[in-house]
Amino acid sequence: MSYPKGTIVRNSTLTLVNHWITGLCFVLLTLSGLAMFHPVFFWLSNLFGSGQWMRALHPWLGVCLIVSFLGLFIQFWRDNLWNRDDVEWAKSLDKVLDNREEEVPPVGRFNAGQKAVFWGMALIIPVLFVTGILIWEVYFGDATSIETQRVAVLIHSMAAIGAILIWITHVYAALWVKGSMRAMLHGWVTPGWAHRHHRKWFRSLVASGSPGPTPDSTAKFRD
Amino acid sequence: MTNTWQDIKNANVVIVMGGNAAEAHPCGFKWVVEAKIENKAKLIVVDPRFTRTASVADVYAPIRPGTDIAFLSGLMRYLLTNDAIQHEYVRAYTNASLIVKDGFAFEDGLFSGYNEEKRSYDKSSWDYELDEQGYAKSDDTWQNPRCVINLLKSHVDRYTPEMVSRICGTPQDKYLEICKLIATTSAPDKALTSLFALGWTQHSVGAQNIRTMAMVQLLLGNIGVAGGGMNALRGHSNIQGLTDIGLLSASLPGYMNMPKDSEVTFDKYMETKLFKPLRPGQTSYWQNYRKFFVSFQKAMFGSAATAENNWAYDYLPKLDVDGYDILRAFEMMNNKQMNGYICQGFNPMQAFPDRGKIRRGLSNLKYLVVMDPLDTETANFWQDYGPQNPSKPTEIQTEVFQLPTTCFAEENGTLVNSARWLQWHWKAADAPGQAKTDLWIIAGLYNRMKAMYAKDGGAFPDALLNLTWTYADPHEPEPEEVAKEMNGRALADVNDPATGAPLLKAGQQLDAFAQLRDDGTTMSGCWIFAGSFTDKGNMTARRDATDPREAGIAPNWAWAWPANRRILYNRASANPEGKAWNPAKPVIEWNGSKWVGVDVPDYGPTVKPSDSVGPFIMNQEGQARLFARGLMNEGPFPEHYEPFESPSENVLHPKVKNNPAARLFASDKEHMGASADFPYVGTTYRLTEHFHYWTKHALINAILQPEEFVEIGEALAKEKGIEQGGWVKVSSKRGQVICKAFVTKRIKPLMVDGKPTHVIGCPIHWGFTGVARKGYGANTLTPFVGDANTNTPEFKAFLLNIEKTSAPPAVDVAQGPRDAQGVPKSLTKMGSL
Amino acid sequence: MADLQSQDYIRRSATNLTPPSVRHHELEVAKLIDVSRCIGCKACQSACMEWNNLRPEMEEFQGAYENPHDLNPGTWTLMRFAEYEDEQGNLEWLIRKDGCMHCEDPGCLKACPAPGAIVQYANGIVDFISENCIGCGYCVKGCPFNIPRISAQDHKSYKCTLCSDRVGVGLEPACVKTCPTGAIMFGSKDDMKDWAGERIAELKERGFQNAGLYDPPEVGGTHVMYVLHHADKPSLYSGLPDKPHISALVGAWKGFLKPVALAGLAFAAVGAFVHSIVAGPNETTEADEAHARLEMEKAKRNGSAES
Repeated sequence: MSYPKGTIVRNSTLTLVNHWITGLCFVLLTLSGLAMFHPVFFWLSNLFGSGQWMRALHPWLGVCLIVSFLGLFIQFWRDNLWNRDDVEWAKSLDKVLDNREEEVPPVGRFNAGQKAVFWGMALIIPVLFVTGILIWEVYFGDATSIETQRVAVLIHSMAAIGAILIWITHVYAALWVKGSMRAMLHGWVTPGWAHRHHRKWFRSLVASGSPGPTPDSTAKFRD
Repeated sequence: MTNTWQDIKNANVVIVMGGNAAEAHPCGFKWVVEAKIENKAKLIVVDPRFTRTASVADVYAPIRPGTDIAFLSGLMRYLLTNDAIQHEYVRAYTNASLIVKDGFAFEDGLFSGYNEEKRSYDKSSWDYELDEQGYAKSDDTWQNPRCVINLLKSHVDRYTPEMVSRICGTPQDKYLEICKLIATTSAPDKALTSLFALGWTQHSVGAQNIRTMAMVQLLLGNIGVAGGGMNALRGHSNIQGLTDIGLLSASLPGYMNMPKDSEVTFDKYMETKLFKPLRPGQTSYWQNYRKFFVSFQKAMFGSAATAENNWAYDYLPKLDVDGYDILRAFEMMNNKQMNGYICQGFNPMQAFPDRGKIRRGLSNLKYLVVMDPLDTETANFWQDYGPQNPSKPTEIQTEVFQLPTTCFAEENGTLVNSARWLQWHWKAADAPGQAKTDLWIIAGLYNRMKAMYAKDGGAFPDALLNLTWTYADPHEPEPEEVAKEMNGRALADVNDPATGAPLLKAGQQLDAFAQLRDDGTTMSGCWIFAGSFTDKGNMTARRDATDPREAGIAPNWAWAWPANRRILYNRASANPEGKAWNPAKPVIEWNGSKWVGVDVPDYGPTVKPSDSVGPFIMNQEGQARLFARGLMNEGPFPEHYEPFESPSENVLHPKVKNNPAARLFASDKEHMGASADFPYVGTTYRLTEHFHYWTKHALINAILQPEEFVEIGEALAKEKGIEQGGWVKVSSKRGQVICKAFVTKRIKPLMVDGKPTHVIGCPIHWGFTGVARKGYGANTLTPFVGDANTNTPEFKAFLLNIEKTSAPPAVDVAQGPRDAQGVPKSLTKMGSL
Repeated sequence: MADLQSQDYIRRSATNLTPPSVRHHELEVAKLIDVSRCIGCKACQSACMEWNNLRPEMEEFQGAYENPHDLNPGTWTLMRFAEYEDEQGNLEWLIRKDGCMHCEDPGCLKACPAPGAIVQYANGIVDFISENCIGCGYCVKGCPFNIPRISAQDHKSYKCTLCSDRVGVGLEPACVKTCPTGAIMFGSKDDMKDWAGERIAELKERGFQNAGLYDPPEVGGTHVMYVLHHADKPSLYSGLPDKPHISALVGAWKGFLKPVALAGLAFAAVGAFVHSIVAGPNETTEADEAHARLEMEKAKRNGSAES
């Protein structure tokens, strides 16, 4: 993939593809899951052809999701480790929300909010996967007791709601912080974007002369 | 049944012993439930297993298979010693007062007159002391020690509760509880009904089992009354019809006897059938035997039966043995004395004991004709079905003709149910494939044989050539024609012998057997059916369920033999003065000029009570027999004999262990097992999910009970390391069955003579044809010995061993002897007519 | 027939609309199974197969009289057999016809996510409308009696319909018609309760002091009721639940969680919207770019100086 001159690579092509597969799975799972969760959403089943198709696809999408998410996890987990900057950042959350980011302590590649999204998903998706397996009627309907399945379906629903709430935050943040969508659609950000939102990351790239997305990328900084 | 299914609802106590009514007769069992709910009846079940019937019983007691006579004799002792008999009934209606000959005795298990070599009795001492007029002497005060009641008392005196428990393994408290409950029905207004089936008949003492209960019922005054009786629940929908129509080898229709070879002339034959009254003024209805017989001969041979030729008596075959029962037939096949066999609606490979012997017998035949709606094991006996039928087709030369027949729903006709009702049924569907009615097939055989005899002659063609065959279509008689023939009609005008008034015009159907004549002016194929198909129409097709007094009698529903009578011996429901013993449930009563009530009187309709005519009009004494005279082969009183295979000594008389009059072929003696090798008691039975060996061909039934198993108690399972549902090998001296085990609390070890005795239950339904899973068949195990009177095989008590094992080798039968179209591959072995 | 029957719905799964109510003049029905009259002959089971054209797989003998060994998509009713010995060692063979209880408050219907896949008629019958069933198995989780079974062939849920097709035209269910001992009765629920009362009185006379009617109030009563000799211990009858109720987990899932989750999602969405109005977009400014350029150039210079 080629990038405009003078930009910083925020996400590798692999990341972009991986993210959007994950995102697509998640959206479809949300649509089908909500349809099965609450009657007001059941009309969404039509998006899948029929209720039966929806019921059949949902668990397979879940399998796709967890595989896909695993890819993201491998790519992102190191940059999402919690550090002292995150505490400082979190203390300034009011300023973040108020768009006064210049007053917020600088952070690395991901801020505490993004890390919370990451770890939230990293925790919830496996829970959804495991509980989803337990209630996957076609293959595992007889594998466990009905009581176990009742626990599983309740946890699955609650976890899914949690995941959707995180997802809403995630999506809104991407829309709110301009330039983020481009980072995930095309892979690059302007130096100003990086400087504004992820100054430590920006500086680490600048210091290493890396074009991004990580300081240890071998390529030289482009003019 | 002496009574009817509906009448069971009138009982106060119901005893199911020697049967499992809920399981084998679920539809009829509704009347037991009705009795419980509407009449507050108590249900007693005595059975080796806790059955489905026991599951709804008020009292259940276990019993060791084959010891019912001990139990019931003990019950008689209880009734007699506790004075719980209905005195007036016993005195007036049974032979309790009659005095028995001096020569009669019972000692060490044998009655007087035993011939050990012949294994039979000279029964001449088993009779009454007669006075100068030939009447039996009697002592109404019961002081004479030789009167029947006193002989009975001393006979059953040995059956103390301790002894009963020792023989039967029944806990004494349960036994006494049952005695006490049954004793309540000795009250004139209380009735006990006895429901039994093959659990009593299929013993070497089968007939005596039933007789013992009948004696109990007589002591209690429960025969002839509403809610009482001896009620044999028939195992086939038309097995009552089979005996009625005389299909047993020693019978003629209507319970007449096949002549013996000693009865060379008609007069000689009739000598033993005069049935002179043994008490003054008695009816002794069998005195009319000659009328029934002559009318039968006229039905058979028409104008060829004349007074001059003794009504073609010589046309009838004469028996050179007691009877060609099925056991004898297969013994003869094994000895190559019989070389052809026609199996019509019969599957002996499943239904007769010692399957190995059955298979060997069939293998010795030259030809076997099987007429059946189903592809039976018998028709396939020669095929190798793996361990379930290890035949070697190359070594069997029997030619098998399979003639597919229609089943009951594919033809018109009657079925006679347990309550002696002839019920017409209508064809509901066309038969599949090439299936033909039995009438078509038999007519075809007859017509061909007749043509051959006519053309080629033969040793004695007369009977066959002169057989009446006047059906509209000689190739396929209509069921209606046959039914009319069995009813009978006048061959000439018949007048009332007393008044001379005309009764019947020539050609008219008979209304009743009272119209039968011995002068050749009437004909009837089966005298007891006279009245079933009259000029008014087909009585058996009536379907009016109206029960005018809610008494359990719907007189216009079908037709019951004899004379549309629903309760036999119903004169005994009223006291000698003609008033009902139980005023709440009268059957017939004397109204001053005649007998009236809900049923047709089993009595002269205008015979006054003061005439002292006994209610048991078929008997020469007019009374029911507590003492059987010579009618039973092993004794006039019942006695406990152990089954031929038994784990126990006969504690009453060790020297005479088994029924001394039962026939045991020499070759089968060797195939009797000893308890040292086969320590457990086996018994066979039906399950409600199946009907014999038919419904394993029906998918739903197969789903409901798919696979062969045996039932064993938890104690035995533990002892032998057998798991629930695990494979076991069950073996007798005659063969082995590998099947699943059902370990149950419903069979418990019984303490017999101080030893714990385990029972193994063997349901009978699985074989190697049909859609259910393949099975060996319980008859692989059962002994080849029968009852001393009927030769009904002893399926209910024999010896077994059981071991844990693994599954038998699977043989894919569908791929094996049959091709893709389901046609046997070795079809070349089969012929066609 | 479905069209007319739809006017008889009083409950419809995954539907929050008011059910049709004009055809309200209908009696509640009930099937009464008198266990004390039942002989376990399985006529009901075969009648069910016959009427509904069911032929489940022929199984092996598995050490029990239950055949098939459990309810399945082709076995809507099953005779269950329990050998029970009381403290005195008296044996009882407790035989129970198992199948859908047609709860007044059906857990399956509550759990079902597919609109109209499970309905309850005004007569009380709970029916599965297969064309709407999506095969999720939620009804299995919702049922307090472990009744519905999902077919592996068509992924639809099946159970006893109480022969709604027969009852709808004035006939009794097939099992009732066939029962030889009258152990299964059918009629209005009130009549069945009256009749049960007589039966219970009779059983008490026979010494079954704890005889009683099984019509569990925890599920609002049922339209299939049992007369039990041991109504104090229903679980003796092959695990008939002593106190059947819709699981609290199902209650939470289908009760509390649904509105809370909707509210949460709505709150999040509204919150985001409000924030976007109040705070506006977070845009990278020219100043940010200038700062970044400055830093980059500085770094470049330092880099060239070093080299």
